Amino acid sequence: MGTGRFGAPMERHGRTAATSAPSAGEPELGGAEEGRRREPLRRRASSASAPPVGASAEGARRDRPGSYSGPASVSRQRVENLRKKRPLFPWFGLDIGGTLVKLVYFEPKDITAEEEEEEVESLKSIRKYLTSNVAYGSTGIRDVHLELKDLTLCGRKGNLHFIRFPTHDMPAFIQMGRDKNFSSLHTVFCATGGGAYKFEQDFLTIGDLQLCKLDELDCLIKGILYIDSVGFNGRSQCYYFENPADSEKCQKLPFELKNPYPLLLVNIGSGVSILAVYSKDNYKRVTGTSLGGGTFFGLCCLLTGCTTFEEALEMASRGDSTKVDKLVRDIYGGDYERFGLPGWAVASSFGNMMSKEKREAVSKEDLARATLITITNNIGSIARMCALNENINQVVFVGNFLRINTIAMRLLAYALDYWSKGQLKALFSEHEGYFGAVGALLELLKIP
Amino acid sequence: MAECGANGGGSSGDSLDKSITLPPDEIFRNLENAKRFAIDIGGSLTKLAYYSTVQHKVAKVRSFDHSGKDAEQDHEPPYEISVQEEITARLHFIKFENTYIEACLDFIKDHLVNTETKVIPATGGGAYKFKDLIEEKLQLKVDKEDVMTCLIKGCNFVLKNIPHEAFVYQKDTEPEFRFQTNHANIFPYLLVNVGSGVSIVKVETEDRFEWIGGSSIGGGTFWGLGALLTKTKKFDELLHLASKGQHANVDMLVQDIYGGAHQTLGLSGNLIASSFGKSATADKEFSKEDMAKSLLHMISNDIGQLACLYAKLHRLDRVYFGGFFIRGHPVTMHTITYSINFFSKGEVQALFLRHEGYLGAIGAFLKGAEHDNPNQYSWGENYAGSSGLMSASPELCPTQRARSGTFDLLEMDRLERPLVNLPLLLDPSSYVPDTVDLTDDALARKYWLTCFEEALDGVVKRAVASQPESADAAERARKFRQKYWSKLQTLRHQPFAYGTLTVRSLLDTREHCLNEFSFPDPYSKVKQKENGIALKCFQCVVQALDALGWEERQLALAKGLLAGNVFDWGAKAVSDVLESDPQFGFEEAKKKLQERPWLVDSYSKWLQRLKGPPHKCALIFADNSGIDLILGVFPFVRELLLRGTEVILACNSGPALNDVTYSESLIVAERIAAMDPIVHSALQEERLLLVQTGSSSPCLDLSRLDKGLAVLVRERGADLVVIEGMGRAVHTNYDAALRCESLKLAVLKNAWLAERLGGPLFSVIFKYEVPAE
Repeated sequence: MGTGRFGAPMERHGRTAATSAPSAGEPELGGAEEGRRREPLRRRASSASAPPVGASAEGARRDRPGSYSGPASVSRQRVENLRKKRPLFPWFGLDIGGTLVKLVYFEPKDITAEEEEEEVESLKSIRKYLTSNVAYGSTGIRDVHLELKDLTLCGRKGNLHFIRFPTHDMPAFIQMGRDKNFSSLHTVFCATGGGAYKFEQDFLTIGDLQLCKLDELDCLIKGILYIDSVGFNGRSQCYYFENPADSEKCQKLPFELKNPYPLLLVNIGSGVSILAVYSKDNYKRVTGTSLGGGTFFGLCCLLTGCTTFEEALEMASRGDSTKVDKLVRDIYGGDYERFGLPGWAVASSFGNMMSKEKREAVSKEDLARATLITITNNIGSIARMCALNENINQVVFVGNFLRINTIAMRLLAYALDYWSKGQLKALFSEHEGYFGAVGALLELLKIP
Repeated sequence: MAECGANGGGSSGDSLDKSITLPPDEIFRNLENAKRFAIDIGGSLTKLAYYSTVQHKVAKVRSFDHSGKDAEQDHEPPYEISVQEEITARLHFIKFENTYIEACLDFIKDHLVNTETKVIPATGGGAYKFKDLIEEKLQLKVDKEDVMTCLIKGCNFVLKNIPHEAFVYQKDTEPEFRFQTNHANIFPYLLVNVGSGVSIVKVETEDRFEWIGGSSIGGGTFWGLGALLTKTKKFDELLHLASKGQHANVDMLVQDIYGGAHQTLGLSGNLIASSFGKSATADKEFSKEDMAKSLLHMISNDIGQLACLYAKLHRLDRVYFGGFFIRGHPVTMHTITYSINFFSKGEVQALFLRHEGYLGAIGAFLKGAEHDNPNQYSWGENYAGSSGLMSASPELCPTQRARSGTFDLLEMDRLERPLVNLPLLLDPSSYVPDTVDLTDDALARKYWLTCFEEALDGVVKRAVASQPESADAAERARKFRQKYWSKLQTLRHQPFAYGTLTVRSLLDTREHCLNEFSFPDPYSKVKQKENGIALKCFQCVVQALDALGWEERQLALAKGLLAGNVFDWGAKAVSDVLESDPQFGFEEAKKKLQERPWLVDSYSKWLQRLKGPPHKCALIFADNSGIDLILGVFPFVRELLLRGTEVILACNSGPALNDVTYSESLIVAERIAAMDPIVHSALQEERLLLVQTGSSSPCLDLSRLDKGLAVLVRERGADLVVIEGMGRAVHTNYDAALRCESLKLAVLKNAWLAERLGGPLFSVIFKYEVPAE
């Protein structure tokens, strides 16, 4: 199966922008009821969704093509038992965010000849299609560098693949599912993210696929802890920056998350969610901000006319934000000693843009850079305050805003260290934005 | 960061007429006596402060120098009145557009007489820019003061000295502004100053404050980013655009991500998941209004969130917001309030300040005046000379707004003595003097505003009549009329202009306006005459009382207090009778009184109490001069003294209507002492003490009383408070809770009020309260 066939319906001028979309959220004025906060959202989401995968399959209506086909009730029982432990292939985990869909796919490498023989055609073609391509249509991308090799999952050995495409191509994805007759393989698809709700009906009516909706924060935590535990093909999953402010001396170094708890988890998707994690099962959503990856990219589009996240970042890398921002030294001529503020600190983001002359003197690159610095500093600032309030000193930043975004990561690392006087450490993770999808896959496999 | 902001880019006013639109002598008042200046130059507004002295006419009373009792003649008034000049201190603050700065400096230079002033403390981002201009024009050396220090000093000053300075803002509710009662202790609090950036300062004491954080996303971000996105250059215009936009067209909401499912999940679909999340596309055009709105929400939410995080970390629940981003703009006050409520789950209140724009100037002034220690005094807002809060209509177009705000004034009078809480208040922090909040109660507001309008001609007439020898009295009275009338009209449209609108504030405003036009005491002669008549009846009344049995006497004393209270020129119903029939007597007044049971009647309980042990010390707040004081209060005082109770008699420091003043009370007491050995000895032995309240209002604010009174109340262990009269016991303090027994007595001389309380005109309030154990 070629790329065209998966991708054809997805041929659009979209962009692989930022981020997964957590239920970030800031208030909207007037409409929102005060009583409805995001804490209950998480609980409701997890209780309302997530019917146990095995249970819903108990009433299997279709003949499931798979490894066994014996009609006897005894063999059926065995099928059920095994199946309860291990669902049938294909194994997917899906995270449908506000901007990006993240898909993880487990490719079994230990398929026996017998299995191979009995494997239905559609299953085989999906496997071949996904693993033999790195791009799907014009917008689907497999992050080959993230592939986890020789993973053992539920007793099966294989590789874990990481794929993403824009959320606006979701209808095309569902259509493809219908064309490929996915429903003959599975009745349940484990999915998280807001899109699991938004597209549930489409999956059912168009693709004849029943979604198992999972709470996004549960999945996120699960995914992170799991991925950290399996490492990154022998390397460390977690890393930090040394000398982040110094381009010459800055070094990305592995970090072993020996004692992960407590942990402040900052997930930067379209918006930002901040979670305090005390143990595997004990976490709370502390707060969120609507100033996230979507804000960076959205503002960049308006200010510079760029069309992709990559383009926005590329422009930012060439810009100078100090032409756009008003710094402490622009106001006080140097440090503001009364308050212990260094002259280089930004006093007012976009503050220079109040002046007509300065507006005329800045480049698009400068504006992109300033937007990136503004959003990143703000996230760092809120994260730092949350860490102080929750009394946590390690902060892990994840989410697709950080993808290929070294500027933001180094700035977060520096800002956290500087303003906390070395008390807080910013950590990052190689698989940035895929943890929700991994968590959904783990739910499918019922891996605790 | 502090206020800096506009270097040229958006300074408004370039399309405006550059000449001063008001006669400058009405703006820069009392300039000839100005002694000390300070200036705060912000991004677009300049705030000038100066200290000056005001010469007032005051009516002084003085006892005739009698060598003996026999020198008294029947036709002679009990004391003499003379009008004297008195000098009081006043702070002037003027706010105007930076555009006018040069014209204003020229005007000041031309009128500046005082040469002692050598230095002008200056603060604000523009202080540097205009340094040379100021030094050249005024020949004063500019002394740059730290912006934040000035802000905090100013903030402390207004919080301490201006009642109803802080308010919460609730859009679409009536009233939109809810003013806070002043706390005795204003510390600690958080000041979030949203200038071009955001500074968050924790203020712990008068001199101790700490910068605990900030954010670069502030007013400058709204302005700068807004200008880039919408090509709209002015801050006010950006706000105006934002007030018309729909942010959901630009922002990615929870419902955009979750679809319709948010409803079944119990989520608010309207929450913003990602600000500007929908603008990540090249195919769509976005309206200026929508982008401005989205930006406004993004910034307000962010500021609110950070403020809450800092408030939580430092365990503070009082958060004041200031800076040009906030400054009286209903749009931003609303978004900030919303954000604070959301993020703090209602635990933190966003508070705003009526005089927020003046904080820097006030602080700079105080800094320059430190050796005079202005903090040792109490100050009061002069309603006559202050502009009040500007119109809050968000729909008001920006140019209109700029015009209406061309010159804004604040004047504060230095009070001669410091004011403090009455130590007997049950809970000073929850004490609200006023019974009815007219900002809240539209019906009552309408009634009272009309009532004051209708009474205005009578007040004018009396003012003119009080100064028959003055050639310009009629002209001054006309100006007074005009001023007070326009204040009443302002209050009709903006009831929140001077804080919570109350009957008290309406009365006080009238007194301030009368003073402004040199009618310090229009009732001085009326009071003099009435005191004379009443003094003549005193012995007769006392003898009649003494002839009664104990129980009868107690009722007669109570009735006497109430009947005396019918004599009140301030109440229209009474002044009508008094004008037409000067012979209206004390006995007739008693007949006017409602028969028992009274409208509020705890007399039996009071009588029961009188059968018990005497009170240690009674604090009595007197009301009217003449019959009220002399035939009502003094016989009651005399009875208390006989019981062995000490009495502190508190009268107003300055004149208000026909209320007895402290200096009048001294003369009256002296005259009574001459007739009555009981009062005589009590005065001599200091069992009867006369004190001043520190107030010049027909009402009574128990949280702002003369410090001497408070000290005495503590020393003597006062265990009974008697508050007399409609102004002090009904309009104010009707619901005041005290730590000791109290009597609140009044005759309802206003038919509307009487009806509201459920009784006819001349209904009686006799409210005896004992605090719960």
